[in-house]
Amino acid sequence: MDPMEAIKQTYFQECDELLLAMEEGLIAMETGEADSETINAVFRAVHSIKGGGGAFGFEILVGFSHVFETAMDLVRSGKLDPTPDVVKVLLRAGDKLSDHVAAARNGTGAAVDDAEVKAELAKLTGEEPEDAGAPAPAEFEGLAFAPVMIDIGDEEPVAPPCPVWHVRFGPHAALYAKANEPYLLIRELGMLGPIEVTADLSKLPELSALEPEQAYFSWDVVVRDCPDRTKVEEVFEFVSGDCDLEITEETPEPAAAPAMISAPGLPSLDDDEPAAMPAAEAQPEEKKVATPTETKATTVDVIKQTIRVDLDKVDRLVNLVGELVITQAMLSQRILDSVQQGQTVSAGLGELEHLLRELQEAVMAIRTQPVKSVFQRMPRLVRETAAQTGKEVRLEIEGEATEVDKTVIERLGEPLTHMIRNAVDHGLETPEERVAAGKPAEGTVKLSAEHRGGRIVIEVADDGRGINRTKVRQKAIERGLITPNSNLSDEEIDNLIFLPGFSTATTVSNISGRGVGLDVVRRNIMDLGGRITIGSNTGKGSKFSLTLPLTLAVLDGMIVAVGEQTFVLPLSHIIESLLPKSSDVKAFGSNGMLLNVRGVYVPLVSVGRLLRVPGASYDLQNSVVILVESEGVGRMALAVDAIVGQRQVVIKSFESNIGHIDGIAAATILGDGRVALILDIDGLVAGCREGTGGRPTEYQQALGA
Amino acid sequence: MSSNDNDTAQERRQYITFLATGQEFAADIMTIREIRGWTDTTALPHVPDYVRGVINLRGMVLPVIDLKARLGLGLTEATAKHVIIVVNSGERTIGLLVDAVSDILTVSRNEIQSVPDVMRESQNDYVEGIAVLDGRMVTLLGMTKLTSSFSGAGDMFVENAA
Repeated sequence: MDPMEAIKQTYFQECDELLLAMEEGLIAMETGEADSETINAVFRAVHSIKGGGGAFGFEILVGFSHVFETAMDLVRSGKLDPTPDVVKVLLRAGDKLSDHVAAARNGTGAAVDDAEVKAELAKLTGEEPEDAGAPAPAEFEGLAFAPVMIDIGDEEPVAPPCPVWHVRFGPHAALYAKANEPYLLIRELGMLGPIEVTADLSKLPELSALEPEQAYFSWDVVVRDCPDRTKVEEVFEFVSGDCDLEITEETPEPAAAPAMISAPGLPSLDDDEPAAMPAAEAQPEEKKVATPTETKATTVDVIKQTIRVDLDKVDRLVNLVGELVITQAMLSQRILDSVQQGQTVSAGLGELEHLLRELQEAVMAIRTQPVKSVFQRMPRLVRETAAQTGKEVRLEIEGEATEVDKTVIERLGEPLTHMIRNAVDHGLETPEERVAAGKPAEGTVKLSAEHRGGRIVIEVADDGRGINRTKVRQKAIERGLITPNSNLSDEEIDNLIFLPGFSTATTVSNISGRGVGLDVVRRNIMDLGGRITIGSNTGKGSKFSLTLPLTLAVLDGMIVAVGEQTFVLPLSHIIESLLPKSSDVKAFGSNGMLLNVRGVYVPLVSVGRLLRVPGASYDLQNSVVILVESEGVGRMALAVDAIVGQRQVVIKSFESNIGHIDGIAAATILGDGRVALILDIDGLVAGCREGTGGRPTEYQQALGA
Repeated sequence: MSSNDNDTAQERRQYITFLATGQEFAADIMTIREIRGWTDTTALPHVPDYVRGVINLRGMVLPVIDLKARLGLGLTEATAKHVIIVVNSGERTIGLLVDAVSDILTVSRNEIQSVPDVMRESQNDYVEGIAVLDGRMVTLLGMTKLTSSFSGAGDMFVENAA
């Protein structure tokens, strides 16, 4: 790859992270949980995106982020109160900024229509701070102001007579690691005008506790006679990600005097430091700046170092550890079989098993990520969908730190998008309807994630009108999905909305407004080995619950025996298992069989017959029937010889060596080291339909039918 | 197998020879990953009979091909004395069930004769040539061809099975 291209890629990767941080910060501002560090983080994010964008010549991106940055700067310096309306504009600006980044990445350039947001931002920056809280709706008409306001925004720092800049510069260890030198930066500041430098040594621990590669110093620099803030910022342009940087402006007032006033706040900074040096001379900072928070943020940054690792390498590790676990199980089985009184051996083996489990969990955890990366995209989606539908929506997110395998996360986005849109579009009423129903005009959509029983449960709940069962029933009858006289429970009616053909959407991609294809959502979820259910309470709202496996590398399976072989059925497809009575089995057509399950006849298929397993029993009296559900044909009864147990199995694909085999999804290795095949229910069903297998004549004979 | 010039004619390659159905076969040593004893396989549905199933090779699910059956000579009665040669060629890794591994041979190009025309077309596919050494005749198998004849296996297997 062209080196420049590689750097660009890195820039965009960083942009993604920065955009996430920005969005997070803005949402914290929206909920009023933001402290000055959060606001600074948002500012820094925008600033870094702008800085990098400038280096690559993304002028449109830079132009927009500049306006955004100016607004953020005002918020940061306390000149603009982050009222809900202001934050709304900032949030929309954030959305536009990510559009700009995306446009720059795709090379499409000017495609983003940002005039409106830009105008609103300009309006924010152009106003006096006191007026900044002007209601946002008024600003919607403010389009015409745009060009003028941007100019004002640009020249804003010039207006006061030569401000004094207080720069608080706290380098992180990473800054030194990248061979940057604070001395040079400070010297550069000195070229802008006369400076006063104070070093803050308060974080310096005792010599014994000193880590040579850690950063302990920070500096307060007062820069005078420099009219332009950006000049000051430019000095730090290349290190902004690796230091705590705070530039505050003070319009000519004696700066030195109040210095000691803020000093009492400083000792708290050293709370966790054994050797608290007398607080160095501190510069007057904004009253809002909470120094302890800042120190904390610094340490967190240092601890939370990450590396990017090729996913293949991790996968290899996961595989190897999986093998280790299996080999260990095999070995201990054999050792325990051959050694009768080997108590010391068994203790050692137990220890080994324990360690291996831990190792496996640790390795699996490398692949996991918080669901945050998907949840993070949802606020924007809600904002946009709400704007499109003219509804007022608040999104509550819970449990975004819940971790799940990366592959699951990657495939979670689409179904979640569908469900959130669905909740806003279909679930929630319009503000007028809500008020009429005695609810607050603003609807709530709640998105939550938690671990429950080795799986992750994600819920999307709204407090809207709930499912209109009469209407759903009506529609299902119209579309021929149920017969007019079918007798369905409330729950069954609710679940009708997942049926293919229920939705009015014509294509999968048509998720714009009405008719979200919930059948697609369900298929996606089933593909991931999960299940989706809906609960609804008329007038109070509905709730979608998704349960998903934590990883796609392992699967919850039911181990069944058929003849000489062992198969694994994915648990997510299994509804129940039962011992059928001969009288419940009816011959159907030339070679089909139907099983009566509490009054409903479902096709009955022998796995042994279908897959031609040697030694399979065709005696129905000795068979267990497992009722499964597949997306393709609905319910189906599979006859197997016996159920062995239920356990998690590691999925091993063999398609690269053999190719695809109908009815087999993958293989796994059981505790005894043997390979067992994981059945693919949909594939089995397809096999039945084509009539390539499943001629259960033996059953008929067994029945004497 | 045609030799173009003297350089390639002198080129020597090492082969592992093995026995199946009383004949001696050989495969390029570079394609052989390991040799292991026979273990019971897990049968696969909808596959031709020469695919004996899959085994666990340290976590890899390895399909095992019965060479004798592949040549159309019936299934091998596999015992613990039988051998699975793990062959890695191109993107596939398969196991080849044979009676025994016998030798390592160094063969130069000019010792290799091309396959006589009378042999069946299908076998021509994966037979690279015949080496004659000290009166022994060894059939050289092209592992890439042998394993790649399973490409698109899914469809082929189903057709064969149906």
